[in-house]
Amino acid sequence: MARSVTQQRKIINTAAAWAVGLLIFFPILWTILTSFKTEAQAISDPPVFLAFDWTLENYSVVMERSNYMRFLWNSVIIAGGSTLLGILIAIPAAWSMAFVPSKRTKDILLWMLSTKMLPAVGVLYPIYLIFIKMGLLDTRIALVIVLMLINLPIIVWMLYTYFKEIPGEILEAARMDGASLRDEVLYVLTPMAIPGIASTILLNVILAWNEAFWTLNLTAAKAAPLTAFIASYSSPEGLFYAKLSAASTMAIAPILILGWFSQKQLVSGLTFGAVK
Amino acid sequence: MGQIQLQQVTKSFGNVEVIPPLDLTIEDGEFTVFVGPSGCGKSTLLRLIAGLEDVTSGHIAIDGTDATTLPPAKRGLAMVFQSYALYPHMSVRKNIAFPMRMAKVSQAEQDKRIDAAAKALNLTDYLDRRPGQLSGGQRQRVAIGRAIVREPEAFLFDEPLSNLDAALRVGMRMEISELHEKLKTTMIYVTHDQVEAMTMADKIVVLQAGVIEQVGSPLELYRSPQNKFVAGFIGSPKMNFVEGAEAAKYGAHSVGFRPEHISVSTTEGTWQGTVGVAEHLGSDTYLHIHGVPGCDPMTVRASGEFTVRHGDTVFLTPDMNHIHKFDADGLRVS
Repeated sequence: MARSVTQQRKIINTAAAWAVGLLIFFPILWTILTSFKTEAQAISDPPVFLAFDWTLENYSVVMERSNYMRFLWNSVIIAGGSTLLGILIAIPAAWSMAFVPSKRTKDILLWMLSTKMLPAVGVLYPIYLIFIKMGLLDTRIALVIVLMLINLPIIVWMLYTYFKEIPGEILEAARMDGASLRDEVLYVLTPMAIPGIASTILLNVILAWNEAFWTLNLTAAKAAPLTAFIASYSSPEGLFYAKLSAASTMAIAPILILGWFSQKQLVSGLTFGAVK
Repeated sequence: MGQIQLQQVTKSFGNVEVIPPLDLTIEDGEFTVFVGPSGCGKSTLLRLIAGLEDVTSGHIAIDGTDATTLPPAKRGLAMVFQSYALYPHMSVRKNIAFPMRMAKVSQAEQDKRIDAAAKALNLTDYLDRRPGQLSGGQRQRVAIGRAIVREPEAFLFDEPLSNLDAALRVGMRMEISELHEKLKTTMIYVTHDQVEAMTMADKIVVLQAGVIEQVGSPLELYRSPQNKFVAGFIGSPKMNFVEGAEAAKYGAHSVGFRPEHISVSTTEGTWQGTVGVAEHLGSDTYLHIHGVPGCDPMTVRASGEFTVRHGDTVFLTPDMNHIHKFDADGLRVS
């Protein structure tokens, strides 16, 4: 028998869901609202919610003071580059683990994931020194490599899970049909795994976009992405909340818009295989 | 040409030997069926021939040339899988074209072969659909089409009809047999269904635990099974085995009679028993008789008109022209 839900219950549940949703979204909303206030209104007590003099001044100051487009471009290169490189490495890796597993495959997967448990700061010093020696400090290529490496376990895991869902017989059929390994991955496996690959790409772009620890520590001026752009507005000699909020809003807007348009893809990708 | 020769082929997975040394020759143009219970190694054997598994030792020759270490694509064989294994993201046309695309066959030749295969398999109207939009039977025909266009040395079928319903299975059985008549190409067909084996094969290879129990034509296997396993596996319903003292009367450790070689009477006969279950098929009636010494229950075939009920007493007389005698090791005694 289907569970019966009364109208009253439905209203309560919906209201509760909205309340939780708004609670989670509130800090972002507050940031966006603050970015349209003057500095005085931004720190006024009691805080003003909507009844303030809406102004775009913070945005124009921020645009004047820093080269937003350069930070944005760095973020795009770093997030996109590290994800693309990661996918190129992870597809063959996940293929071999899903379709020609060895006795140690499960161990390797767990070991890869365990590297995510290592506190990043623990390896900051050696990596920093290596990058100085190699002349990679404050370069985009350095961040592409580092962010690719820290997200690789997640990319491999996600692709591995998607590939496991693809029946091995189809790949065997391709082999019988004369497909080389390259053909098999290119014409059969990858097109069949497109939804999974797409959501993996999306998730990793978001993770790389938001990554702050490495991007702040390994860049100075040239390769700094939007995370550094935000950080440059939190100054020790006094906070300029409104400008900081404007900078934050500008930094998160692109990824927020990307997430908004791709949420269907993200949700279906993340729950892939959970239900038949 | 499509002669396939296995010499001392073995296969082990880790420490488990699934195929002990095995020799087998499949002649060019022959329809050979590998049959046996599940887990007997018949699919593994087919996959060894296909090249999807590597042999542990021994040699496989196709058309006289050693193919033991050749990759699947280079063996000139086409395979039809139980799950159809169609490419879900491609249309039927692209599915059928895939092996030709891999072999870099010219577009004109591809179109010609696709049209011919589609016509032969009644797929012309479905060429632009995706596999997901087809029924099970149509999907299996696409899989066969994909195999045909390669013009292989031999076709390998791995339980291709197991996913189809009973009525469709009979139809597809005919289609595959007709295809063999038309193409005259070597076909190796794996099934656990002895009816499929009997109706389709030129030659049946009965396997148990990786060992070939007997090789022969369907009727050879039916008329003179070399051991009790083959005797019990081939024929439907199964052969009845009489054991113990009753078998000793016939000078054997056990004797077998097929259900169709035992006559039933309500008045007199060699053995007396009571009717357990009577299965009325219309044309025939299968009776399961209890109380026959050394064989309980004994299955017999009576005519469709023969009416008895549960609990009735009947008399059975075996046809001595069709007695199968076996020794203590289960081997045939002539």
